[in-house]
Amino acid sequence: MSPPPLIQFKDVAKVYRMGDVEVHALRGVSLTVEQGEFTAIMGASGSGKSTLMNIVGLLDRPTGGVYLLEGEAVSTLSTERLAEVRNRTIGFVFQSFNLLSRTSALENVELPLLYAGAGSAERRRRAAASLDRVGLGSRSDHHPNQMSGGQQQRVAIARALVTEPRVILADEPTGNLDSRTSVEVMQLFQELGRSGITVVLVTHEPDISQYASRVIQMRDGRVLSDERQEPKVAVVPPWTEGDEEDQP
Amino acid sequence: MNPLQTLRVALRALTRNKMRSFLTTLGVVIGVSAVIAMVAIGDGAKARVEATFAAMGSNMLIVIPGTSTGGGAMGGFGSMPTLTWDDLRAIQTEIPTVRAAAAQLRTNGQVMSEDQNWGTQILGTSPEYFQIRTWAPALGTLFTQGDVETGTKVVVIGQTVADKLFGQNANPVGQNLRIKNVPFVVVAVLNKKGQSQWGQDYDDIVIVPVTTYQQKIKGALKNFVEGSLTVSATSADTTSRAESQIRALLRDRHRLPLGADDDFSIRNLSEVASAQQEGTRTLTTLLAAIAAVSLLVGGIGIMNIMLVSVTERTREIGLRMAVGAKPADIRLQFLVEALALAITGGLIGVGLGVFGAWWLATSFGWQVLYRPDVIAIAVCFSGLVGVVFGLYPAHKASRLDPITALRFE
Repeated sequence: MSPPPLIQFKDVAKVYRMGDVEVHALRGVSLTVEQGEFTAIMGASGSGKSTLMNIVGLLDRPTGGVYLLEGEAVSTLSTERLAEVRNRTIGFVFQSFNLLSRTSALENVELPLLYAGAGSAERRRRAAASLDRVGLGSRSDHHPNQMSGGQQQRVAIARALVTEPRVILADEPTGNLDSRTSVEVMQLFQELGRSGITVVLVTHEPDISQYASRVIQMRDGRVLSDERQEPKVAVVPPWTEGDEEDQP
Repeated sequence: MNPLQTLRVALRALTRNKMRSFLTTLGVVIGVSAVIAMVAIGDGAKARVEATFAAMGSNMLIVIPGTSTGGGAMGGFGSMPTLTWDDLRAIQTEIPTVRAAAAQLRTNGQVMSEDQNWGTQILGTSPEYFQIRTWAPALGTLFTQGDVETGTKVVVIGQTVADKLFGQNANPVGQNLRIKNVPFVVVAVLNKKGQSQWGQDYDDIVIVPVTTYQQKIKGALKNFVEGSLTVSATSADTTSRAESQIRALLRDRHRLPLGADDDFSIRNLSEVASAQQEGTRTLTTLLAAIAAVSLLVGGIGIMNIMLVSVTERTREIGLRMAVGAKPADIRLQFLVEALALAITGGLIGVGLGVFGAWWLATSFGWQVLYRPDVIAIAVCFSGLVGVVFGLYPAHKASRLDPITALRFE
């Protein structure tokens, strides 16, 4: 028997209530994501892609349908249990990085381990390894305000990776980055995919979705299309004049 | 997350905003230091009053004979002897709450050493007197019941009298003294007791056995005590009971009908003392109450800043929740922050309060008394303030929805 799919949505619906008005953010979404897939979820704002992401990330609960994460029905778990599962299984990358200011890169990366109950030596070691993995091992004592946007996003990716999660959820991770740095970040995600980590990315930029192996289009709370594709290989263009991001 | 890690996270958050954290604790600092300083000064004042009354004697009652009425002129208390020696013996033997009782016969007169003379108070009494007044000899030994029975011409003198007649640092024990021209041998010099609250010098006195007094110094009525009785109760708690028992006993012995006035009066010195102590205690309570109010204000300041902090750090809270913090972790973190602010404020307040009381004491010549229990209570109370006023902001933080929190601008 093969292991259950990593993420399985069965007719998942989400209805918000705003006063007297019911807002149908998701109107029955069924999909399956296997381990190691690099999936891009696309759609206009209001299409339900953020809601989908929040439900996948266990930050929100569906109002209908079933969500199975590693075969477990997680929508019925308590808030405490959800926090534990989130900590262990899921890594978040946000558009605005969400790093703690006046806190070193290393300590930012350590944060999820703090809630996993790891000892300080172990936290330090694993956070340093995670920073190495994103190529920032030499900047572990830098503070976010001493780093470029690309570097900050890589610190955030290192933070998402530090608990060795099954899934990385990235919500518009390139939204605040220039095109060159965006490609760098996509390159990193492709590497993670090769090492078996599932990446689910929300974006509205077609350029970015090219790098994924699967593109899901959302509209009005439904899946419009779900296509697998040959991903474009992310190659960082050589550094050009006027492009000061990440200058060594 | 273990408690130590929570504490470290909280301390990091506080040190990120040093100035604000400092200003937030200021309310608690002022509150606690005020409590400590006020109580130290109040207790110092109380101790001073207690010391004054302890010098007079502990748990002391004075029984004064009644008034004489001659041709419509009321003679005042003590003008007519109504107390008998048998009354004294009855008080000594029949009332269990009485520890000791002694008669006091007083007069003023001239005392002479070989080359000096001095006008002083002459007291005739029995050895119980020294016990009642808790007055021990500095030199020599006190006269005994035997001396009273045989009427020995011995005298115990106060420090002032010793200084005046024999000079400072001299040892008058064994030397001769003439009281109203009657030679006495000095057997003891009493410890220095100092002045009463009203400036009377307790040490300006010579004390002789009561029988010697009656025979040689001032002739006396045979059966009546021409003076007052000093009584000490067994403890501070039994003083008032002793007072009413003595009253009942004497009324019975004097055969006073129901409704008739007492032919004596009883003064309860411990009542005077406790009235004085009550005064200082009220003052201390009042000051402590004011200080407690300022602690309360300090607590509200903490709550205010913690609420601001929760709002400011909404995104941080959202992020912490996203990476696996449970609501309880968030609640504990903010609670510990509030607690750390309050306890730090409390400890600084203790330092400042102890220093402030010391400074006031030295510059105004007051007495201060530091009570460890008050200091501990003040610190604990400031911690309590932190918990109580940190609870709501911490609860608010823990109830945030991570999605909204992460989008918060």
